Amino acid sequence: MARALGDDGRVSIGSLELEHPVLNGSGTFDAIAALRTFGDELRRRFPFAGFVSKTITVSPRGGNPPPRLWETPAGLINSIGLPNKGLRGFLQHDLPELATLPVPLIVSVAGFSYEEFRHLVAEVAERPQVAAIELNVSCPNVKSGCVMGSEPDETGALMEVVRSLTSKPLIVKLTPNVSDVAAVAEAAERGGCDAVSLINTLRAVAIDPDTGSPWLGAGQGGLSGPAVRAVALAMTLDVAARVRVPVIGMGGIERGQDALDFFAAGASCVAVGTESFRDPAAGTRIRDEMVALLAKRGFESAQSDFAKVSEPTKK
Amino acid sequence: MSGATPPEVEVGLAAPEPGPRVEAPFGRRACPVIATESVGAYRLLAVEDHHGPAPLPGQFYMLAAADGWGGEAGERPYLGRAFSVCRSRGTRLEFLLERIGPGTDRLGRLSPGEQMLLVGPLGIGFSEPAAPSSTGVLLVAGGIGIAPIVTWAEALIASGAQPLTLAGFRSRAHTSAAQLLGGDVQIATDDGSQGHDGFVTELLEAELEHDDARAVYACGPPMMLEAVRAICARRAVQAQLALEEAMACGFGACFGCVVRTTTGYRRICVDGPIIDARDLDETWLER
Repeated sequence: MARALGDDGRVSIGSLELEHPVLNGSGTFDAIAALRTFGDELRRRFPFAGFVSKTITVSPRGGNPPPRLWETPAGLINSIGLPNKGLRGFLQHDLPELATLPVPLIVSVAGFSYEEFRHLVAEVAERPQVAAIELNVSCPNVKSGCVMGSEPDETGALMEVVRSLTSKPLIVKLTPNVSDVAAVAEAAERGGCDAVSLINTLRAVAIDPDTGSPWLGAGQGGLSGPAVRAVALAMTLDVAARVRVPVIGMGGIERGQDALDFFAAGASCVAVGTESFRDPAAGTRIRDEMVALLAKRGFESAQSDFAKVSEPTKK
Repeated sequence: MSGATPPEVEVGLAAPEPGPRVEAPFGRRACPVIATESVGAYRLLAVEDHHGPAPLPGQFYMLAAADGWGGEAGERPYLGRAFSVCRSRGTRLEFLLERIGPGTDRLGRLSPGEQMLLVGPLGIGFSEPAAPSSTGVLLVAGGIGIAPIVTWAEALIASGAQPLTLAGFRSRAHTSAAQLLGGDVQIATDDGSQGHDGFVTELLEAELEHDDARAVYACGPPMMLEAVRAICARRAVQAQLALEEAMACGFGACFGCVVRTTTGYRRICVDGPIIDARDLDETWLER
């Protein structure tokens, strides 16, 4: 597999240059709300090497009816429903503010048809403030009724629609709710994506103990947190073995060792999601812990270290 | 995010007027527990916070025990738990809790010397009444919801106002918390074991019948807040409500703690927890 990670710990994904290999998972950190809460200290100590926006859609969305959260053993089920201001609102209100962050901006988009994806990618990619685009393919295609990231053919067809629209890096965010995630990753790669990221949340349900009915307002949601880490690692291992593009691994990363496990499984970059809910500065802490662990093992440069760490997994 | 098709709901992310807020230090910090105390059926937990600013009344913190956070019933808790500040004295922060689940069970067992992990102050605080009324301010507290009312009453008294607090509890076992309050207090209990026999909102009706030129501030269970909202709406009385909801993050990241307002869903953590009662959609409690 090709490694996007340099000796100095920098990561390249197409034209996207990251100073270190820790991102946020889309939808797990609202930088605008965080700036209101933590002020300029957030800019000075920004925990991620790049900022991945919450997913935007063509039309504004209010999101799912509450309740939207359920705590599980070492995890969280959420059913948020992609609330966002819509493409127009995002470009007008959020993009100028996100452009003030000290790191490259990766905008996550989701369409409910190929046409919507085409519109989103074309409009977002032409903005100079946008360094890369992540395609959230966990939404159903209203025409086929099929989740676009659930079948290699659907994902391949999507890439055919969007790839020619921009030379900026396109990252496909893979859903784990499929029978063969690596086959979907291969289709994304064949279609010209610059990287794949995984995993999105695992489909999950919580039952209200008082009523015996589903707890979440939308009925079902997605599971994240340490509860999914072992599953995410297995999928990262599968995908990294079958594609050459960089893999951004995520799923329950809580400590530096967890992140190293994902590098060992073949990831070139990791993302922190639910852990940021518990500790807003988790991205920085996890990176510091990783560096300390590698130093303790006598490794000096990031690439050789991660390569060595990955040795046992290579067949 | 889930791949489920969401039902159509009203569109738009409600952006209210920015309320008063003190910014939090970025990240999570460890603070030692310095005192714990039983207050009737509740528990008061005091921590020493050397690195945070003094919070505004109505702001809250996400709390977790530094050790043993995860080994309670059902292998929980996992996420932090949101608590309004009950009292703040210099670097000393006090929180009031009731043991109702794995998170509050663990927090309730903390002893002085143990470490607590804390993020905050978060959210927006109470705002002074728009048109200061000479006749004072009405505070309404329900159960554990008395916590932010205690610190708000203190601030109001310090600014020269004369708040009257109406405090409702399930029973006499819980009313000791009213001793934390400054100013005038009337008590109601659901079982009539102390004070007015009935709901605290009955006391509110009576007070507003007597004088409805007072601003109302309330914190308590959802049904009580809805009653306060409806009463104040009927009489065109200004009211601010301190809402509570399960939160994953407390700083607007997860979009999990929304409430239905007249302009769409609003995040209670970052655009609340203090919300103008007029902004709530009348159906906010319906599922």
